[in-house]
Amino acid sequence: MRSLMQQPFRTAVLVLVWGWLLFLVLAPNLLVVGASVATRDPVSFISLPLNLDAYRQLFDPLYLEVFLHSLYMAAMTTLVCLLIGYPFAWALSRVPGRRQLLLIFLLIVPFWTNSLVRTYALKLLLATNGLLNSALLGLGWIDEPLKMLYTEGAVVIGLVYLLLPFMILPLYSVFDDLRQELLLASHDLGAGRVATFFHVIVPLTLPGVLAGVMLVLLPAMGLFFVPDILGGSRNLLVGNVIKNQFLDARNWPFGAAASIVLTITMAFLMFAHKLSKQRIGEDGV
Amino acid sequence: MSRWLPRAYLTLVYLLLYVPIGILVLFSFNDSRSGYTWGGLSLRWYQSLFNNNAMVEAMWNSLWLALSAATVSTVIGALTALALHRYRFRGKKMLNGMLFVVMMSPEIVLAISLLALFLLVGIQLGYVSLLLAHVTFCLPFVVITVMARLSGFDERLPEAARDLGASDFTMTRTVLIPVIMPALLAGWLLGFTLSLDDVVVSTFVSGPSYEILPLRIYSMVRVGLKPEVNALGTLLLVFSLVMLMLSQWILSRSKR
Repeated sequence: MRSLMQQPFRTAVLVLVWGWLLFLVLAPNLLVVGASVATRDPVSFISLPLNLDAYRQLFDPLYLEVFLHSLYMAAMTTLVCLLIGYPFAWALSRVPGRRQLLLIFLLIVPFWTNSLVRTYALKLLLATNGLLNSALLGLGWIDEPLKMLYTEGAVVIGLVYLLLPFMILPLYSVFDDLRQELLLASHDLGAGRVATFFHVIVPLTLPGVLAGVMLVLLPAMGLFFVPDILGGSRNLLVGNVIKNQFLDARNWPFGAAASIVLTITMAFLMFAHKLSKQRIGEDGV
Repeated sequence: MSRWLPRAYLTLVYLLLYVPIGILVLFSFNDSRSGYTWGGLSLRWYQSLFNNNAMVEAMWNSLWLALSAATVSTVIGALTALALHRYRFRGKKMLNGMLFVVMMSPEIVLAISLLALFLLVGIQLGYVSLLLAHVTFCLPFVVITVMARLSGFDERLPEAARDLGASDFTMTRTVLIPVIMPALLAGWLLGFTLSLDDVVVSTFVSGPSYEILPLRIYSMVRVGLKPEVNALGTLLLVFSLVMLMLSQWILSRSKR
């Protein structure tokens, strides 16, 4: 109590900070865990008794199909981001000084602009009578408009468009740290370009790859507005299911269980990321 | 690898990133109704945007929310950063952990957890719930910005202030706050932009009493094309760009 009186400012700061985080971060997360094992209730949202029905429902063939389809689209998104982002980050890290800063700035500008508006911009391009089809028809490359909107591909394109910077930035940071001497050493020791790439560059940039995968894969399962705008009703994400269960069907336990599956996936990826960093540390590079 | 190949590749990816945005901006000045064909220059969509009362109200609501969320998260974020930097206390790791969780969790996970809290505790969905949610997801970004600034700071200054008899509060006000001022401004601008652009969390925690812009846009673009959205999108784009440039400028100026 004495220290409390001696340092009123310190006490006030700590109480405020702890209070905010306990009430708005810890408590809500515990609530979701609790809700996932509760029983659905139309009035108070959840009630006793506790059970694992919601988790069982996740394996219902109908939902399992949605989840697997969502996982597939998220995986495709991640793969495309990686294929575009890896050489991009490499090239970016080789751009000289001031120009590099400008390029990074240009990369984060879209990140700070409304993602809904950017998704909508894609709709302008991809629609059946949209600009891309008009251009292709005009060039005579196609005879009739392609159906691009409301397809799986449109959802993946939308997700890649929104999430690409999240793949590039961690990759850029590992390429930026990659020391040129290591590449020279590998060359001097007789390794060719391919060998250097697979034995030096890939292992050293692995933490960046995993960080990028983490930052892309999970949001790619959650951004429900992308399928809403570009994908139609057949290309749903886990996020659409969660939103639907919470806001429309009022089935909290099921929505909560789905969200916990996402969280567990995140924890798993973070663990893999940590391991990959530790391995590099031990190799002394 | 020759030099032009990486350069051409970078250019191509930047083109892909910016073409849709460019088209959006261009078509916001399009006179044609159809939204796909060019019908000459016009400001009609900007006009119809500002004649739409519900839209203008949503704009003011969003601006007010972003202003207040940025301000509250800057105050709490700065205090959190100061506490983490200066004080020793139990559970520091846990505090860091909670901030990390907020930053890394998929937005939708954060959104439903907050919705569950608000409904069960009985906080009405509207301005207050939006404010609490927005402050929470802005917080880690402010903390990181301020921590970065504090990490390069001469520890002897606060000690000297204390030796000269300043209380903790006086020392914070006269020594620490001026030092972290640029970070506070940058953090505030960051929070403002994050709040203004948020869709996922707001979808869950807003109520009919307080409609904000992203939700208004969302309900418009779900069905067909609305040329007003091009105009609105362009305005938001310019706004975010100015904010981002301002925060970069403040940070880079303070480094010198």
